[in-house]
Amino acid sequence: MSEFTSSFWDFYIAVVSVVSIIACAVFLKMQSVRRVSGTETETTGHTWDEDLGEYNNPLPRWWSWLFYITVVFALVYLALYPGLGSYAGLLNWSQVKQLEEETARAEQRFGPLYDKFAAQEVDALAKDREALAIGQKLFLNHCAQCHASDGGGSRGFPSLTDRDWLWGGTPEAIRTSIMEGRNGVMPPMGTALGPQGTKDVAHFVMSLSGMAADSIRVARGQPLFAQTCAACHGAEGKGNPQLGAPNLTDKTWLYGAGEATIIETIEKGRNNQMPPHKDLLTPAKVHLLTTYVYSLSRPGGQ
Amino acid sequence: MARASSGVLKKEDRGAVAQPVALVRPGETPNDASPVEQSLYEIRKKIYPRAVHGWFAAWRWTLVWATQLMFYGLAWLDWNGRQAVLFDIVHRKFYIFGLVFWPQDIIYLTVLLVISALSLFLFTAVAGRLWCGYACPQTVYTEIFMWVEEKIEGARAARMRLDRASLSSRKLALKVAKHAVWIAIALWTGFTFVGYFTPIKELGVAVLATTGLAAQGSVLGPWESFWILFYGFATYGNAGWMREQVCKYMCPYARFQSAMFDQDTLIITYDGARGEPRGARSRSADRSSLGLGDCVDCGICVQVCPTGIDIREGLQYECIGCAACIDGCDQVMDRMGYPRGLIRYSTTHAVEKKLNRSQTLRRALRPRVLVYSAILGTIVIAAIVSLWLRVPLKVDVIRDRAAIAREVEGGRIENVYRLQIMNTTERPQRFEISVEGLPGIVLEGEAAVALAGASAREVPVRVRAPQEGLERGSHRIHFVVRAPEADKLSVREKSIFIVR
Repeated sequence: MSEFTSSFWDFYIAVVSVVSIIACAVFLKMQSVRRVSGTETETTGHTWDEDLGEYNNPLPRWWSWLFYITVVFALVYLALYPGLGSYAGLLNWSQVKQLEEETARAEQRFGPLYDKFAAQEVDALAKDREALAIGQKLFLNHCAQCHASDGGGSRGFPSLTDRDWLWGGTPEAIRTSIMEGRNGVMPPMGTALGPQGTKDVAHFVMSLSGMAADSIRVARGQPLFAQTCAACHGAEGKGNPQLGAPNLTDKTWLYGAGEATIIETIEKGRNNQMPPHKDLLTPAKVHLLTTYVYSLSRPGGQ
Repeated sequence: MARASSGVLKKEDRGAVAQPVALVRPGETPNDASPVEQSLYEIRKKIYPRAVHGWFAAWRWTLVWATQLMFYGLAWLDWNGRQAVLFDIVHRKFYIFGLVFWPQDIIYLTVLLVISALSLFLFTAVAGRLWCGYACPQTVYTEIFMWVEEKIEGARAARMRLDRASLSSRKLALKVAKHAVWIAIALWTGFTFVGYFTPIKELGVAVLATTGLAAQGSVLGPWESFWILFYGFATYGNAGWMREQVCKYMCPYARFQSAMFDQDTLIITYDGARGEPRGARSRSADRSSLGLGDCVDCGICVQVCPTGIDIREGLQYECIGCAACIDGCDQVMDRMGYPRGLIRYSTTHAVEKKLNRSQTLRRALRPRVLVYSAILGTIVIAAIVSLWLRVPLKVDVIRDRAAIAREVEGGRIENVYRLQIMNTTERPQRFEISVEGLPGIVLEGEAAVALAGASAREVPVRVRAPQEGLERGSHRIHFVVRAPEADKLSVREKSIFIVR
């Protein structure tokens, strides 16, 4: 009700509700008797199939009690629960409180299960089938939308099944990625390098991982790379897990290999974001998720 | 004229009713009577049905025993180390002896409801309200409760006397005893009912722990207590207090049964031609010289009626077809030395045209009955065949939507799927997953999965196919999940493979 600046609507709703309930009771009372004349057979006056009538006989007495019970129920309900404007009700019940209570109950119930796992190191836990099964469920719920159900990723979303990590593959680094999220930014270099410079750098980058490249462009691109790219990707192009700068010397390509894609990346830059999950998951769940992600690139738990 | 009731008037009554309606026009006050105040709600007149014995009463009691032995007993049977019949709503599994139904099997519930409805139509078309008279829980529990009432308070006349009498210690004792027994039966019924939804033996222990009869064990949950009391109260209220009012005012069946009745439906009929003019006479009197029919107007048929109607006024919507009046009348006819069957199961046509038994029965095979039977038979057979052929393994294929298609080494395309595999047997199973439908298509990684009995697991799988020769777009593929140890356990589920 905070969007209303005055309490007018609170009163309006409360008055309308209470008055209509009382009006129902009065109406019921008024309508429970009628004036009839004579003793002839009473019908409802409806006719079907030309001449079929319907008797109009009294309902059982308890039937009218049911109506009165609804009136009493409505009043009791409005006294106990929120319903009359901003009045909170005697029970002080709210949906949010109910959710919090249920969440607390669930925590209490499943807490010991998670605690058992939280006490173990990720390395050891990665061999525990039960822990991995829970971890997988969490992964399918929270991560599979981008990283795919098998953790293999897709264009723009890194694969978690190889040993090639953008931000480091230690349990601690994985945990930080999940909790805090990551934001990998490659600035656009198109204007700084110009079309020819961009293509030269692209060919030098291709040569780093052993792809076929134009040797003249490679030679021209090398100094440009040292000048523009090495700050993040390193002089040898091995990348920097502190910044999330990818290693350019391996065969893993986040956006796909090939001259056209690499030129597009250099020209326009890339902005890659992994959202933080610390508000969505409890530390115990993050621990199990970390374990599962850690295990993905270590099949058989090596 | 038929008894004044709130039902639709019968055709033959129309003249009698049309008259007063025509006399009073809107806005016109008849001057012959001054207006009086009349309540629109009437107090129920308590019905004291007289106990009756006979052929149909025996049938009713047989069905009371059959249905109640099943209801109270079935919950305690075990099967495969679990309760034989259990509707486990919390875990979303219904167990009925060897069968386990999952939410995906909801179609069988639909089929069951269709079969129940069609059976009701068929029985009603052939022989009227058989369900109401013999098997409906409302009738059965009323029968049980009335038996208790008769044992404690005495026969009809004694019960009426007791209710008229002012409060005395004897009256109080009898009433308390009756309600105590009623409540005990009702609570046991509520307990049994809830026992079909939560294992009844654990429930029993919980009840003992809650009531302090057992020192240990977990106590009843709030919902279990609520439902036991709720169903207990419903049994007590409906069978003890509401009785015929449930049938008259609440049950929709009474109101739509006329759509299934016709002139050849067996109904409980008073043979007016034989019975009228009715009148009392001594047993030795010659009825023809007195000018009387066979009806001695003893009123037994009215006294035994649980809904308080007079069957001699013709078919009424209140009649639940319990046949108590037939038993009552037959006894009187025997005593008078008249042939039985003044009130009997017969059809409107049979009474009108004086058909004999075999002519009446032959008319049962009319199109309405044949159509109901054909549809019912087809659905029952289809349901049985479907249950027989049911594979206790379910597989849902969910394609990853974010990662459409990946290029992987060797010029191959990879798609990712999640297979929701549900082992609906009660034994652990090992399943092998394979894929088919494209040249060179293979499943990467683990292709076998072990599942515990009655459990489900989501398995992510990678499928690869060589790009060469494949057009861009989607291609139909099939996953095959089979248990090598069990021949019958094999499911083929379709999906698509995308190349880009």
